[in-house]
Amino acid sequence: MNQKLSRLALGALLAVGALATVPAHAGKDLEAIKSRGALVCGVHSPGLAGFSAADSQGKWAGMDVDYCRALAAVILGDANKVRYSPLTAQQRFTALQSGEIDVLSRNTTWTLTRDASLGVHFVGVYFYDGQGFMVPKSLKVTSAKQLKGATVCVQSGTTTELNLTDYSRANNLQMKPVVFEKQEAATGAYFAGRCQSYTTDASGLASTRGKEAAKPDDHVILPELISKEPLGPSVRRGDDDFFAIAKWTLNALLEAEEYGITQANADQMKKDSKNPGVMRLLGAGTEDTGKVLGLDKEWAYRAIKAVGNYGEQFERHVGPKTAIGLPRGTNNLWNNGGLMYAPPVR
Amino acid sequence: MKAPAPQNKRAWSWRSRAARGLLYQALALLAVAAGAGFLAYNTQQNMQVRGIQSGFDFLGQAAGFDIGETMIAYDPSQSYGRALWVGVLNTLRVAVIGIVLTTVLGVLIGVGRFSSNALVRGLCYGYVELFRNVPILLQLLMWYLFFVEVLPPPQAAWNLADLFFLSKGGFSLPAPVWGVGHAWMGAGALAGIGIGWWWRRRVQAQFEATGQDRNRWAVPSLAVVGMALVGWAAGGAPTKWSVPEQLAFMVDGGISATPEFMAVLVGLVIYTASFVAEVVRGGIQSVSHGQTEAAGALGLSRRQQMRLVVLPQALRVIIPPLTNQYLNLTKNSSLAVAIGYPDVVSIANTTLNQSGRAVECIAIIMLVYLCTSLGTSALMNWYNKRVAIMER
Repeated sequence: MNQKLSRLALGALLAVGALATVPAHAGKDLEAIKSRGALVCGVHSPGLAGFSAADSQGKWAGMDVDYCRALAAVILGDANKVRYSPLTAQQRFTALQSGEIDVLSRNTTWTLTRDASLGVHFVGVYFYDGQGFMVPKSLKVTSAKQLKGATVCVQSGTTTELNLTDYSRANNLQMKPVVFEKQEAATGAYFAGRCQSYTTDASGLASTRGKEAAKPDDHVILPELISKEPLGPSVRRGDDDFFAIAKWTLNALLEAEEYGITQANADQMKKDSKNPGVMRLLGAGTEDTGKVLGLDKEWAYRAIKAVGNYGEQFERHVGPKTAIGLPRGTNNLWNNGGLMYAPPVR
Repeated sequence: MKAPAPQNKRAWSWRSRAARGLLYQALALLAVAAGAGFLAYNTQQNMQVRGIQSGFDFLGQAAGFDIGETMIAYDPSQSYGRALWVGVLNTLRVAVIGIVLTTVLGVLIGVGRFSSNALVRGLCYGYVELFRNVPILLQLLMWYLFFVEVLPPPQAAWNLADLFFLSKGGFSLPAPVWGVGHAWMGAGALAGIGIGWWWRRRVQAQFEATGQDRNRWAVPSLAVVGMALVGWAAGGAPTKWSVPEQLAFMVDGGISATPEFMAVLVGLVIYTASFVAEVVRGGIQSVSHGQTEAAGALGLSRRQQMRLVVLPQALRVIIPPLTNQYLNLTKNSSLAVAIGYPDVVSIANTTLNQSGRAVECIAIIMLVYLCTSLGTSALMNWYNKRVAIMER
């Protein structure tokens, strides 16, 4: 009930919010963040381990969360000045449009329709994902193509529903979707045996299997990835300055990994490094990359100090050593055989 | 002192009370209209500035998502409009079946509270107090959990004579394959109802004329069954049945009810019936006991007392609050989204996400519930007028 109310309230808020704010001029979102002294960041509700999930003390952690912390460090100088707003798949864009949050960092797929018609800008890609299927091992299924006539649990409000339908039609599988409003309802129904399969992004499957399954080994993730899911943060249209900062914060974290700058060695490299790229990124030399963004010289240094480079975040939250255990794969840097490629910070 | 003469109503003046009243009403109306217009315009304007697309043109675009259970043929290449219509029908399916079952159960429980048997009375009391005091969402989740936890997986469905299957995939049973003959059968049954009605009028007339009563049910039931059979035979006697069969991951064929549908239906019926039972109890109690005694003194049996004296008077009290319960049931069916039943809210949510038209989709949901609610209350008001006291 609460959920429903809040969604209605969001709809109303869109109207009232639209009423209360004046038409966009550059810098207003950035100004609002600075005067508020906090970045409001839309994260995952009920929580997706490894991306954005709150622990028992209410402390948020994950890759989505790290991005917000980095952005707060860049703009406000303190990674802890983030206010988290947990959102369901359905609430997220309305919350961003209405100004309830500043940045949406909630494993959201970048698509044409979303980019062009929702009044938002995608900042970039921080995770290359693809939709997959999880099935109980006892079904002895080894390929998604064997799931003919299967019932599939899925959460509403995502691209997942469309991909599932496309895949089912293309391969004449006649899968039956059972659509749930909340992710925990969908996974709960899957684990109870209502559906033969649960589908979402492969990273989400790994997270669910690692954290929610009674026995993770009883479930297998099928090899087929049926879609491209480039996940990335997005911001509201209307403040190009903020958009640029959001974009380059992401790029800086990637470039830090390229240069081998870590949370631990950032101070030392700032002091000693003679590599012009490193010096530029850390604001050590005379070059000031922050000026054109309306920031100071050490903006990227603060982000790296706060959350580490992209590779460190990956290893810390979802990498092979965590319960989620995802291989780096396509999310490796471009010079390591992956797709992660940041435009130069210079 | 003498009171001043009443104002002549026909004399028109700007200073008259009528004119002032009219003016205030016009002003109030204008203010409301202006407020609504301003809200609509401003929303539109700001959405444009932010590059959010709006309008209802998306209803014609291909939906692209599949729906688990549909009452009409639907495939993902059809439009959003069609998908929403599927959702509306799913909502109506729960609402209509739910209202019928709720009425039956509610009346039984309500009357049960007057039983002379202490156990029945106590059970009915316990039922009402238990189910009306637990939130409906919790009850829905409980029933859903019950269906998906307790039942076997579809690969190992419980089955009875290879005709009835019950599993986590749902309840399947054989159904006749629709043919023209079935339309004839329906027409035959309607004709049978007509004959039965005519028969009962005759029996009633005879009863009033001579005081002799005859069984009022035997002939009409025979007429309905007989005419239906005649229609079925005239329509070519279709005998094809679709029987469910066990496949690898599911039971296919026949007609089936998913666990989502069953959970929503059972949850709503059991919850709302507890309120209906109270409404019925209140209605019956509002008829004074003297009426029952007077009817008894006239020699009416207990059933006749109930049917001829108490219920007609109780109905007048029961109908208006009963309408409220019907509306509640219909609106509560929107909670079905929590357990994965594809009602109109669920489909509209998906549509909202795929198309990004938040304002439009919320408006559609509101319109659908407004229409069903107004339709239900129109029907119930008509019925209420029929049973209301005719004062001459």
